[in-house]
Amino acid sequence: QAHNLQELRRSASLATKVFVQRDYSDGTLCQFQTKFPAELDSRLERQLFEETVKTLNGYYAEAEKIGGSSYLEGCLACATAYFIFLCMETHYEKVLKKISTYIQEQNEKVYAPRGLLLTDPVERGMRVIEISIYEDRCGSNSSSSRSSSSSGGGGGAGGR
Amino acid sequence: MTPGGGGGPMKDCEYSQISTHSSSSPMESPHKKKKAAPKRKWEVFPGRNKFFCNGRIMMARQTGVFYLTLVLILVTSGLFFAFDCPYLSEKITPAIPAVGGILFFFVMGTLLRTSFSDPGVLPRATPDEAADLERQIDIANGSSSGGYRPPPRTKDVIINGQTVKLKYCFTCKIFRPPRASHCSLCDNCVERFDHHCPWVGNCVGKRNYRFFYMFILSLSFLTVFIFAFVITHVILRSQQAGFLNALKDSPASVLEAVVCFFSVWSIVGLSGFHTYLISSNQTTNEDIKGSWSNKRGKENYNPYSYGNIFTNCCAALCGPISPSLIDRRGFIQPDTPQPAAPSNGITMYGATQSQSNMAAATPLLQSEPSITSEELSLPGKTTIGAPCATLSLGQPTPPSSMPNLTSETGLTDMIPLKEEHEGHQFLTPEEAPSPPGMLPAGSPITHSHTMHVLSLASQDSLHEDSVRGLVKLSSV
Repeated sequence: QAHNLQELRRSASLATKVFVQRDYSDGTLCQFQTKFPAELDSRLERQLFEETVKTLNGYYAEAEKIGGSSYLEGCLACATAYFIFLCMETHYEKVLKKISTYIQEQNEKVYAPRGLLLTDPVERGMRVIEISIYEDRCGSNSSSSRSSSSSGGGGGAGGR
Repeated sequence: MTPGGGGGPMKDCEYSQISTHSSSSPMESPHKKKKAAPKRKWEVFPGRNKFFCNGRIMMARQTGVFYLTLVLILVTSGLFFAFDCPYLSEKITPAIPAVGGILFFFVMGTLLRTSFSDPGVLPRATPDEAADLERQIDIANGSSSGGYRPPPRTKDVIINGQTVKLKYCFTCKIFRPPRASHCSLCDNCVERFDHHCPWVGNCVGKRNYRFFYMFILSLSFLTVFIFAFVITHVILRSQQAGFLNALKDSPASVLEAVVCFFSVWSIVGLSGFHTYLISSNQTTNEDIKGSWSNKRGKENYNPYSYGNIFTNCCAALCGPISPSLIDRRGFIQPDTPQPAAPSNGITMYGATQSQSNMAAATPLLQSEPSITSEELSLPGKTTIGAPCATLSLGQPTPPSSMPNLTSETGLTDMIPLKEEHEGHQFLTPEEAPSPPGMLPAGSPITHSHTMHVLSLASQDSLHEDSVRGLVKLSSV
């Protein structure tokens, strides 16, 4: 099922990208705005989007939580003059792995079938959640599925 | 949840499945035959940094003073362990070299950690993200775009009840997050920017502040420790053989005492100052500018503070360590070039939401060559290098053990202010108040669709808004 990326790029072209910005109202904690971008209106239910962002926000809150375990980690690292980080993963990095698995999973289940693709915020400096919107390329021949439908009845009608 | 249950409006449009595999991991592209050895990201890093060990180590470009710090610590401690410790451990207790050794390793560990790690550099915006921001700014400034000079690019956010202005960074093409600042020496935006410290040869920011603090704290202990025991050593010897003979017997002690005497004040002062900063959860940058000072008004308070000293300290020193965002050792993914659309992409840009004709509308700017715009914005970059601010508060000086440099340290621990872009601002063509007579400058770009092949290599460094601005100008 997983196609090679280059082939897919040929069959579906990147139409636009939507960026979900950070929400700074609680300080510099990494949180994203749950406001639904209008560009996704025709593609995705608001509910699914909000669920994704809220889950991500939950993960980031967990990663940046200040509490017993983070104090323990900090003190332990300090006691070893921070050499322990050469061989130990921080809690944050573990959560980031969870996040990237979650995004992968969401992409496969929810976003890719709708021609969307989430990009892990960590690849964009934690500033934005990037959502790429793909279109089937017009007049594309081989692997593209029903290119005519996308340019004709598909998106155009739904968009407005 | 499931793709099938998409509901009515979604059923009639079918999109082909897109690979969900993240494009940045090197494993996913096994047939990348163009290059034998794929480049890593640090090799094309846009900031002014030095990298060692294949990207594992990251420092500022100028590292001379860092080596001075290193030599001073190594020489002073080396002399102490070689000439004073044998005598002291024999006469007093062997615990002295042991404690000294532990302190020394801690100092070196934290110093190297501070110097070699990523201070929290924010990666620059991708061309798409920059274009999106540009569009939002245009919308925000919509009505006033006819004016002579566009309004400054800032964005207000409310953090814990306090309004904070986010400034737009013309180099990184982002609105700097709260507390971030652009280091003019390293040419990077750094999160929770504290200051650029030449003594450790790196910026001090979100990711290495605790290392830096532990470094100066342990260094002040080490300096006091060495100083105290060197004096003890000299006193013990002079009780036996007189003061002058004692100095003759261990000349190294004199040197150590001098170095320690002159450096101890600045180091202890600096660690005291940073202890104050940590306990109030401020950065040096904010303290110097007086961002949260009461003098600015009664309503002014630090929105990042947790409200009590203890929590602030714990959060700064034992809080979670955020990961590096620049992925220095990751491989550069050769982004599959999208053939530039022959149609006029400018109009398409605004019309991205009408999805009728989208297939042909590969975003214009992504594949637009940027050679000209690159040159245009360069003069701005070169003027911003000068560090403009010094520590003006009679502030404690940075860590050094160098006696005759202590007077200068206040000048060399630099806080590059954010305002480095005053000159640059004008150079982004969109803002330049140029009459239509300037059109020739823009025209090469508009005609350069055919050159898109050339630009593929430099796609990363596209100055998209510049191109876009010029295109706009020329289409007036």
